[in-house]
Parts: sequence; structure tokens; C-alpha cells
Amino acid sequence: MNFFSPIGRLFLRFIEDAGGIFLFFWQSLIFTFTPPLRFRLFLKHMEFIGVRSWLVVALTALFSGMVTAYQVHHALVKFGGQSVLGGVVALTLTRELGPVLSAIMVVARAGSAISAEIGSMRITEQIDALKIMAVNPIQYLVTPRLWAAMIVVPLLTAMADLIGIAGGYLIGVLVLGIDHGIFVARMQDMVELIDIMSGIYKSIFFGAFLVTVCCYKGYFAKGGAEGVGRATTEAVVISSVGILISDYVLTTLFF
Amino acid sequence: MLEIKNLRKSFAGFQVLKGVNLTIPKESMTFIMGGSGTGKSVLLKHIVGLLKPDEGEIWFEGQDITKLSERELQIVRKKIGLLFQEGALFDSMTVFENVAFPLVEHSRMSSKEIKLKVEELLQAVELLSAKDKFPSELSGGMRKRAALARTLALNPQVILFDEPTTGLDPILQITIMELIKKIKETFKLTCVVISHDLILALKFAEKIAFLHEGVVVEEGDPEKIRHAAHPFVRKFVESALLDKKFETKEVEHEL
Repeated sequence: MNFFSPIGRLFLRFIEDAGGIFLFFWQSLIFTFTPPLRFRLFLKHMEFIGVRSWLVVALTALFSGMVTAYQVHHALVKFGGQSVLGGVVALTLTRELGPVLSAIMVVARAGSAISAEIGSMRITEQIDALKIMAVNPIQYLVTPRLWAAMIVVPLLTAMADLIGIAGGYLIGVLVLGIDHGIFVARMQDMVELIDIMSGIYKSIFFGAFLVTVCCYKGYFAKGGAEGVGRATTEAVVISSVGILISDYVLTTLFF
Repeated sequence: MLEIKNLRKSFAGFQVLKGVNLTIPKESMTFIMGGSGTGKSVLLKHIVGLLKPDEGEIWFEGQDITKLSERELQIVRKKIGLLFQEGALFDSMTVFENVAFPLVEHSRMSSKEIKLKVEELLQAVELLSAKDKFPSELSGGMRKRAALARTLALNPQVILFDEPTTGLDPILQITIMELIKKIKETFKLTCVVISHDLILALKFAEKIAFLHEGVVVEEGDPEKIRHAAHPFVRKFVESALLDKKFETKEVEHEL
């Protein structure tokens, strides 16, 4: 009995959170069409989530591309297939590493900050103050961030794809001695539009998911400064794990 | 003006409000008093629709606030302002931006008109010199004044004050209360003040209501409260006046 009760509690908590997050996302989406349109806030959040994350995403993509080229080359050499290195690196990046790593980096840099900011607004009654001033807090705080993330995370992913492939090219061609023409040709042969677009579609989902989770956890934070810390940790953990799990599900749907 | 009928509210099985009945006259200064944890703030949050009661009604301008939807409440909230205990200023905005916020959200004023209006409001609360400061740079009293200016921006008919003098020194308490009185008369407001301080209530209130064990046990003008029959109110009055005597004697002794 004692063994099952924590599992049951955990399951109930999961159901409660999942339902809450979905309803929260739905409300944020609905409020998009409720005036006033918060275009300035939308731009501000695009800058915060996207522009300020580009460097960390670029560095992650560059080194991921480079290490992927090394490891894949090591495996391919065993059966003389190193000529397909360009294609394999590009496929790995466009299908998986680009969208997943970009989203996780955005969670780490911007998602945690969003959760902490909204959580701090909750415990200092600033969210109640918005309501008192007849401003819908979800429409003001969440909707512009949701759209900003759904636009900038795919853009960051496209950039990560490009930089990651460049990293793979650097190692493949300049360090491991693969011919430039072969590297590029195999990439062109093996990568199709659906490979790139599947990554972009995934990243739209990841953007919406991570912002909804981070805003939701901050919005319902309670228990003072400690509560904000707890909400931020939960937001980062749920977003990151959720991205990896949903990546698997989306991949099985696409291919 | 505001009529509360049989208001009941429980949290996790604990009944905080057990049938509150109270009438708040138009353009009056009404103090709601009581011991800690008697549900004074809970009552205020019901009046602005931040909480829904389990039972009871709150009548304002011919409509029962408790039955309104969130969208309908937004219209009411433009007429009823709430000054939070800690001010609930937006910490990412300056004092000027905080006061301008409701005007930007709800008025059709040009930026020049907003600037003039904000400066006029800050002048009224004697805070014009701090307009470019952030809330973290303000003292407790200044934060309350800035929040008052923000509450006044939408020209409300009623302002609810949640312990406006808590945490301030006695001189500042009188200054804040005199400011509230001046603003009440200038803007012809109905003011509802939650407070523990009976001395301030006896000096500034036109009506005092005592909340005890979830109901209003005594209400009337300061003179009636001074000679109240209810044992709790009597004890409260005697304790407060005794403290006052001690304070006076100590000051006389020191002098």
C-alpha cells in the first residue's frame, strides 16, 4: 500500500500538470485574437528569447556538428563508408540535433528566466495588480511570449542546422581529409526537404511547449522566494525532458 | 454604494468569512478592522473579484459582482481600485512607467497627454521627483504613494487600501493617511481601508466595521466604536487606547 501511494500521487500530479499546461496553452492561444494586440511586447520577447540566445545556440551547434563528424567518421571508416560523412552529419543535425539542442539551450537560457520572472511577479502580487487594472495577465504575459518562441525557436534551429553542418564540414574536410565535392554531393543526395522541414516543424512545437511550461510554472508559483526557485527548477526539468520525449513521438509520426 | 450580503468563504475546509454583512457609504472613508487572520484581506479580494465567495453577494452599481464573468469584472475593476499592502509595482518599470501603465492600456490619450496626466498624479502624491526611479530604489512609503498614483490613474470611484500604513513609522503613517484623505476629497472617492491601527481609524474614519470570527460584530462611526459593547471590540479599543496612553506618558517622561 505504502509502495503504491507515492506512485499514485505522482501520477495524479502528472495528470494535473498535463491538463493545466494544455488549458494554459489553449487560453494563451485564444487570447491572441483578443485586442489589444501586443506587437511591441511580442518583438521584445523575440529579442529576449531569440536574439540573446543565438550565441549559445551557435556554439552548441558548432561543437555538436564537429563532434558528430568525428564520431561518425570513426564508425564509417570501419567499413569504408567515410564518403557519406557529409550526408550523415547533415541528416543528424537537421532531423534531431538542430531542433533538440536549440530548444534545450533556449530552455536553459530564456525559459528559466521567464519562469523566475513570472514567478516573482506572482509572489509580489504583480499578477493580481494586472487583473485589478483590468489587464488579462495571460494575454499580457504569456501570449506574446508564446508567439515569439514559436517564431524564434525555428529560426534558431535553422541557424543551428547551418552552423552544425559547417562544424561537421570543418572536421570532415579540413581535419579528416574528406574531399569537399564528395562531402557536399553526399549531403545533397541524402538530405531531402522533409528532413529539414521535420526539424523546423518540431522546433515550432518545442518553442510553444517550452514557453507554455515555463510560464505555467511561474504563473502558479507559491511559497515565496523558495517557491519561485522550485517553480523554475520544475519548469526547466519538465521542459527539457518533455522536449526529448516529444522529439521521439514526433519523429515516429514524421518518418 | 457597496453592499456586502451574507458573504461566506472557506479555504481547505476552514471557514474564514462566515456571513459578512456590510454597507459602505458613497464617498466615505470606511475602515475595516479586526485581529490578524480574520479575513480582512480576503474580504477586499472578493470586492474586486480576485476571489469568488462560496455564498453571498456584493452589490455595486446595481449589479452583483460575485456573479460577473472575468470579462464583465474588467469593466468593474476600472471603477474599483485596490492598493496592495506592498504596492505591487511592476519592478521592471520606473515609477513613471508604472503610473502610465493603466493609461497606456485603457485610455486613448496621446503620449504627451499621458505624460501630463502622470506628472499631475505624481504631483498629487508628492512623488514627482522620483518619477525615473525603479521600485527597488524607493522606500516603503514612496512605494505606497507610487502605487496610489497608479491606482488613481483610471479615475476609480472606489479605492480599497490593504493595510496602507503597515511597516511605516508613526509620522509616515499619519502622512500617508492625510494624503489618502486629501485625495479622497479631491477626487470624491469612496475609500475602504483595512487596518490594525485603531488610533488612525478613530482619527480618519467616518465609519468603522469590526470583523471578528468571520462576521462583522460592530459597525458605526468612531464614537460608537469607542463605546462598543461587543467584548472583542471593547478589548481591542481598550488595548489600543492603553497603548496610546503609555506612548504619551513615555514621551512626556522623556521630555
